[in-house]
Amino acid sequence: MTTSLIVRAATRVLVGLLLVFSIFMLLRGHNEPGGGFIGGLIGATGFILYAIAHGCRAAREALRVEPQTIAVAGLGLALLAGVMGWGFGDALFTGQWAFFRYGEGEAAGYVPISTVLLFDVGVYLVVLGSVLTLVLALEEEI
Amino acid sequence: MAASDGPSRPLGGLPGVASILVPLGLFALFAAQIPAVALGPVAWSADWVPSLDVAIGFRLDGLSLLFALLITGIGALVALYASSYLGGDRHYARFVCYLLAFMAGMLGLVLSDNLLSLFVFWEVTTISSYLLIGYNADDPLSRRNALQALLVTGTGGLAFLAGIVLIGAAAGTFSIAALGDLTGHALYPAILVLVLAGAFTKSAQVPFHFWLPNAMAAPTPVSAYLHSATMVKGGVYLLARLNPNLGGTEAWFWTLTLVGGFTAVFASVVALRQTDLKQVLAWTTLMALGTLTLFIGAGTGGAIKGMVVFLLVHALYKAALFLVAGLVDHGAGTREAPRLAGLGRAMPLTFAAAALAGLSMAGLPPFFGFLGKEYLYKGALEGAAAGWVAGSAFAASALMFAAAGIVALRPFVGRPTSAAEGAHEGPWPMLLGPLLLAGLGAALGIAPGLSRAVLEPAASAVLGRPMAVELHLWSGWTPALWLSLATFALGLVLYLGHLRVRGALAKVRAVFDPGWDRLMDGVAAGAHGLARTVQGGRLRTYLFVTFAALALMLAATLLRMGAWPEAPLGDDLRAKHWSVLVFILAGAAVTAATGSRMTAIAALGTVGIGVALIFIMFGAPDVAITQLLVEVLQVVLVAVAMLKLPRMAPERLRGARAWHLALALAIGAMTTVVLLAVNAAPLDLRITAWFEAESYAAAFGRNIVNVILVDFRALDTFGEVAVVAVAALGAYALLRGTRGAAR
Repeated sequence: MTTSLIVRAATRVLVGLLLVFSIFMLLRGHNEPGGGFIGGLIGATGFILYAIAHGCRAAREALRVEPQTIAVAGLGLALLAGVMGWGFGDALFTGQWAFFRYGEGEAAGYVPISTVLLFDVGVYLVVLGSVLTLVLALEEEI
Repeated sequence: MAASDGPSRPLGGLPGVASILVPLGLFALFAAQIPAVALGPVAWSADWVPSLDVAIGFRLDGLSLLFALLITGIGALVALYASSYLGGDRHYARFVCYLLAFMAGMLGLVLSDNLLSLFVFWEVTTISSYLLIGYNADDPLSRRNALQALLVTGTGGLAFLAGIVLIGAAAGTFSIAALGDLTGHALYPAILVLVLAGAFTKSAQVPFHFWLPNAMAAPTPVSAYLHSATMVKGGVYLLARLNPNLGGTEAWFWTLTLVGGFTAVFASVVALRQTDLKQVLAWTTLMALGTLTLFIGAGTGGAIKGMVVFLLVHALYKAALFLVAGLVDHGAGTREAPRLAGLGRAMPLTFAAAALAGLSMAGLPPFFGFLGKEYLYKGALEGAAAGWVAGSAFAASALMFAAAGIVALRPFVGRPTSAAEGAHEGPWPMLLGPLLLAGLGAALGIAPGLSRAVLEPAASAVLGRPMAVELHLWSGWTPALWLSLATFALGLVLYLGHLRVRGALAKVRAVFDPGWDRLMDGVAAGAHGLARTVQGGRLRTYLFVTFAALALMLAATLLRMGAWPEAPLGDDLRAKHWSVLVFILAGAAVTAATGSRMTAIAALGTVGIGVALIFIMFGAPDVAITQLLVEVLQVVLVAVAMLKLPRMAPERLRGARAWHLALALAIGAMTTVVLLAVNAAPLDLRITAWFEAESYAAAFGRNIVNVILVDFRALDTFGEVAVVAVAALGAYALLRGTRGAAR
């Protein structure tokens, strides 16, 4: 497969940016537009771009893990997040939060960590893995 | 079916021992409850689905206890028998699983107090009996007969479920103990028809009887268990259980007595025609089921008393005789009556069991069967339509007398046939069951008081009021006794002439099975035709039908509601709105008009981007981003897939395009109208307000859409991502599959 030099050169930069951006979207999702669905889609776009530029084999190597495995692992993570609420004595899928304090005085703040975030990471992985499973399988088909 | 195909471990090894000890232990537990149940029902219940009023409620009253004792007691003996009969079989462990599942289902059925859980157990017995009957799965006939049993009883089960729903509606509860009298309710006729359909199919009443003799394809221990004590009596149990709630009306009386009486007489006549010992027994089982139904229908105290006694009588002798038939098969290598005679010398213990059970079946004193018949006659003579009830009981009993001779006497006496010469006695695990059951039949006849502790609560439970069951071998020269003597005389004549009777009956053609096969072929052909019509394999047709149905349903709903909204072609549309509109319309027009797939998919992408723009204008950035990304991915996916497709051939579609255009316009128009109608209705903002208030306070997030996705509605989201993952895996498997096939 031959792709234009421009595409390949641009891809190198774009893929990294897309992946970082996807994680950014995932993390900001709770307060601003974004979230696991959108983040996963953006991440998948990055890998698809890579596959178009360098071939599916290279994309699979870059992924390191089979995309189906990513999807199923994400599903397991989301389930785990849901069950954790249960483990804390609430109903299934009830979010559990912990706030870690940092800094002093004016600069003080909290890092919120929650099972909800874990759940969203699971969603991210499912979407990323599923889309890539489909697209890579289809592309290799050709 | 060979008795054992390989080296057999004693008692069938671990599975065998488990299958014997579990029912035996349960039998002991239930037996320990006899004194408690005599005082009143023992109940236990726990909520299962409280919102639907479904409880796992178990209630042990006299009737349940009688059945539970039969199920576990005969179950243990049958399991012991099977450990020898099937112990060397390759699939013996599987058999044990089926048997225990069936036993659990049966126990649940007779112990359930809630109609819905009763139904679940009812279906468990249906399915596990299907597996048991089809145990010899290599034999096509065995599979067919198992399927027949499943379909007949399963269909009846569906009717029964509908009946249960109606009962719940009529009584306001599913608890059997709290049902009360339903005979006056407006739904009673429908309930009666549906419940009887379930009971009659399960208990093989004419015209649903044909599956039961066919179910003899099962290994002999299964036949002994299913058809003597348990499965087929499920329907009888149901009738007896609901007798206090549904019984006592004219419809109940006539349906049960006519169907039961006809089944009893018809089946015992057909029984004489059979030559296979198991077939004779199967048809006499039908006779017993018919008799039980007949007497539940008759419904007087005496009739119920006779019914309960006969139930126990029949379970004891029938299980013993089925097991004897298996022993004969095992010892002599055949079950064909004409080829069997003089087995008594080679198989003395089998003969002893057969004789004891056969005498009880024939109803001769002092055996328990005599009491059964006596009290049936007494019950029949005291109620309404005594001529019909007693007449059919009399005819069936006389025929039963002859059948008992054919099964239990003839194979063992006379000059030994060639099959009998090589015969040998069975091993002790196979002998213990029949001897014990037949011996019990004799013991209870001589000392009938022993059975009182079990039978009295059972009769009271069926009747719905306390009832004394005192059994006496001798109660004077009553009409019932004269009837018994007449039965013996007629039975003896029939036995002595049974070869001639069989010859005459053999000329009558069986009418049910060919019809069943034609019905099944018709159903299969119909399903095939339907599938070919509905699933033609053309995506275009599917889409057209789907969207046409959608448009029609929307139009019909709107017409019916008369909710045609006014068209607020608004002044509030500004230039940016118009430009997006034009953008979308242009994309759609290009998609429809182009001759190139690649152009079409790209143009469709612009439509999607236009929609995303609309989302942004109306303040839904999350939705807009998702829409945009999905649109991009879709273009990539479809573009990749399209490389595989042949060139578009629009000329082939010329005729259909007008239709497609019309449909597209219709769908668009309908969607527009619906959206306008929705917008015209005042928007209820309470949920929005609640989410706005709670999003940060309860879930620490300011993006309401995302908070709903990952917190408030996390379970829904989990379901959705599971669907996404499964869809991807499915598509992956399909793509890989086609690739493998192409290579």
